[in-house]
Amino acid sequence: MQPTDTRNNPEYFHKVIDCQYACPAHTPVPEYIRLIAAGRYTDAYMLNWESNVFPGILGRTCDRPCEPACRRGRLEGEEEPVAICRLKRVAADYKEMSKIKAQLPHIPSTKNGKTIALVGAGPASLTVARDLAPLGYTLHLYDEFPRGGGMMRSQIPAFRLPESVLDEEVDYILAMGVVSHFNHYVKSLHELMQVGYDAIFIGTGAPQGRDLSLPGRKEGDTRIHIGVNWLASVAFEHITKIGERVVVIGGGNTAMDCCRTARRLGGKDIKVVVRSPFEEMKASPWEKEDALAEDITILNNHNPLEFICRDGSLQAMTFDRVKAVYDEPEKRHLRSTQEAPVEIPCDDVLIAVGQDAAFPWIERHLGIEFDERTQLPIINPDTFQSTQSKIFFGGDAACGPENIITAVAHGHQAAISIDRYCQGEAVSDRLPPHVNLIHQKMGIHEWRYDSEIAPDERYVVPHEEKDTIMHNRKVEVELGFDRQMAYAEAQRCLNCDVQTIFTENRCIECDACMDICPTHCITFTENGTEEDLRGRLKARADNVTQDLYVSAPLKTQRVMVKDEDVCLHCALCAERCPTAAWDMQQYVYQVTKVQRQQFAPDLIAVDHADS
Amino acid sequence: MTYHLPAFRHPHSPPNSAGHTYRDYEGVISTLCAGCGHDSISAALVQTCYELSIEPHQVAKLSGIGCSSKTPNYFLGYSHGFNAVHGRMPSVATGANLANPNLLYLGVSGDGDTASIGMGQFVHAIRRNLNITYLVENNGCYGLTKGQPSATADHNSPNKSGEINEHISVDLCGLALQLGCGYVARGFSGDKKQLIPLLKGALTYKGFAFVDILSPCVTFNNHAESSKSYDHIRAHAVMMGELDFVPAYEEIVVESAPRKVQRVQLHDGSSVFLYKTGDDDIDLSDATAALNFLRTHIDSGHITTGLLHCNGAGLELHQTLNTSETAFNQLSEKELCPGNQVLQQINHSLSVIR
Repeated sequence: MQPTDTRNNPEYFHKVIDCQYACPAHTPVPEYIRLIAAGRYTDAYMLNWESNVFPGILGRTCDRPCEPACRRGRLEGEEEPVAICRLKRVAADYKEMSKIKAQLPHIPSTKNGKTIALVGAGPASLTVARDLAPLGYTLHLYDEFPRGGGMMRSQIPAFRLPESVLDEEVDYILAMGVVSHFNHYVKSLHELMQVGYDAIFIGTGAPQGRDLSLPGRKEGDTRIHIGVNWLASVAFEHITKIGERVVVIGGGNTAMDCCRTARRLGGKDIKVVVRSPFEEMKASPWEKEDALAEDITILNNHNPLEFICRDGSLQAMTFDRVKAVYDEPEKRHLRSTQEAPVEIPCDDVLIAVGQDAAFPWIERHLGIEFDERTQLPIINPDTFQSTQSKIFFGGDAACGPENIITAVAHGHQAAISIDRYCQGEAVSDRLPPHVNLIHQKMGIHEWRYDSEIAPDERYVVPHEEKDTIMHNRKVEVELGFDRQMAYAEAQRCLNCDVQTIFTENRCIECDACMDICPTHCITFTENGTEEDLRGRLKARADNVTQDLYVSAPLKTQRVMVKDEDVCLHCALCAERCPTAAWDMQQYVYQVTKVQRQQFAPDLIAVDHADS
Repeated sequence: MTYHLPAFRHPHSPPNSAGHTYRDYEGVISTLCAGCGHDSISAALVQTCYELSIEPHQVAKLSGIGCSSKTPNYFLGYSHGFNAVHGRMPSVATGANLANPNLLYLGVSGDGDTASIGMGQFVHAIRRNLNITYLVENNGCYGLTKGQPSATADHNSPNKSGEINEHISVDLCGLALQLGCGYVARGFSGDKKQLIPLLKGALTYKGFAFVDILSPCVTFNNHAESSKSYDHIRAHAVMMGELDFVPAYEEIVVESAPRKVQRVQLHDGSSVFLYKTGDDDIDLSDATAALNFLRTHIDSGHITTGLLHCNGAGLELHQTLNTSETAFNQLSEKELCPGNQVLQQINHSLSVIR
């Protein structure tokens, strides 16, 4: 293999930080976890805020792609990933508000003369607003609802995301002088373009819930609801109760939110009916657990057949029992078991079988091309610019239903594009990420980070009493970690951002690092192809998603090969190295945001210099 | 500040044929200097015992005094251990061996512990052909007392402060050959590819198996002029061919390359294969040739490594003495104290001889 180029490839060390790499917004997770362990909640919050804009919201609702990626989950034994998401909430819970205000970006009173329209007040548009407001842009935010937040307000129930948390983080952005046009449904993009905006960002999400066209659908219409619309009506208090017997159709997170909301509005016998087997449901495992804990029944392998209505009102639903059959590993078919249909009596049905982006308000002659199959706009995946150069998309409106953190990541990139577009620069011309390496050595066996690691089970977030949460839909279920638990959970982090850096010309090939490495990551051996090397390292490197770190040839013509897979970042290689050929250095990777941004908190550099 | 070894090991570390994983052969974390050759030897021993599927509780580690003699704490944590008086490990090992011949005896010593204070014990253990694997972790200096030259420090080589060693060096391999040791090898802590087969052969050999292991002292004897530094050894080593150890239970696949190969079968059916690489290679059963080879290369400033001599002919101590092959702890009181009548018989037989 060729020597690993860590100098010119910013992604090599980035990839070693599994959590940060998996995060669409590339939040520097280990750094904020260390700040939490140090009790520096405000700094942890601002580090998050800089990269993901909604730490308090995401600390409760994020899809957490970081957690399945967490190296801790790959370790020996019953180890589970670090509770990254809930630690983020800790930063939000214990931050000092007065210090936050002081660190928010300065908004210039003299504007730069460019005005941008943002359609939809969800996470994508709000991110664009936050990135552009400090540069002097005038921002006009449009939304059909009376308040900002988009799906975070309309679709996520208050018992998962309290309104106060949502309001706080939305208001940080609105307070940057954003001109809001709430209760204003944009009916025509053509009309909006006539206003003369310099650019328009569309972050309208995927607001259209799918329906089920089955027999009886029309007759039972008054008691059959589209899940996302129903959740919005509950959020804005247009709906306050539901029948005792409720059937929820669908197996995703919306279905989980629907059933748990129904439980709080008076539902007693609530059944979630899903076509797929339990393990294959789209809902996050923790959402399923929480639903089950609230006495909700999940019926799997049931395919809806018919709404049964008598005397013009909904009485029940019938289902066909099915079995999942696999032609190929990833190709599932649902085959009827040919048994008699199952009838489930019910007062209300909530349909949560998916949702789509919808653009009935975008005229097709404006130069915005749409993909025929997906009905989504054709956009550049790096710049989020549509085929009409003035129009940018982001979030679910750009790519179909994803999640909040993806919308935020899109927003950051779209903001760069809009800025470049408005300044007359090439939109596709973008700066590389900001990276740095910071020494961690303080003395013999002493590092700036806590390198000692021990087996420890993941800490469970305590919940509010069941009686309390069942009677008020606004009472938050999760109480969050207290400071002690947060510290203990933070200590489970392996600090994967502190990299093992190898310097060939210092190595005397004493094997000390190879001998001490507890997980046998390091091997000194004759070079070969990647496949060959993976098979003959001290421990086989079978996880091909993790890279091999290969040195240039050493004096004996052998090479150092390190399998990154289960490196504990324990620093023993560096502690055992007599010549400091190994060193532990923190890799700082910041996604490049809009240029000339004043508020990127230079936390890491500044604070380490102080400490 | 950590001297902390994490509890995590590789999640897919496979067990050996005895059902043990690598961790079952490890010891506590080493307190030797970072980069010490001795730690590499410890790691090589862990790997050797793991690969040979040795039962850890069937091993007795014995050592004397010195950096080298500390190392038994750093490997085979589930084995028996005895840290003897300086240079007196061979006596303790002899006693232990006579009391229980069924354990695998591993003596770990250093150049001071063997070539100075323990020289008398060392030569007699060889002479008696005690069944033990005897390792010398040889760094040519007294690392524990700040690097004074030891008896194996090379003649005319300077120490870290530039002082020249004016005394003749003891060549332990040459001495062992001279004394008739049946298994003589020299390894280098920085070359496990060679060292591990040497250790496997030694641990399988029945009788006194001696392995002199060059093990640089990074703190006091790894300087630019040292003749026991990583760089010097690598630059001056003459390897006696490539070694392969094939345990008794494994099928023997001899490589097809047209190279001179010599096979020595060990007592338990395992084999050592030596693939010759040079023109002046010697026969493994010829101790005189090995001595000459060593001598010639010392004179030309080279360091010979590899298996120098392997000869399965001699009787080990128990066979010579005709002592009990059953461990004392397995014998009953009746067998250990057979009574006056038996004593009389023994005395009588002795008086007949006289």
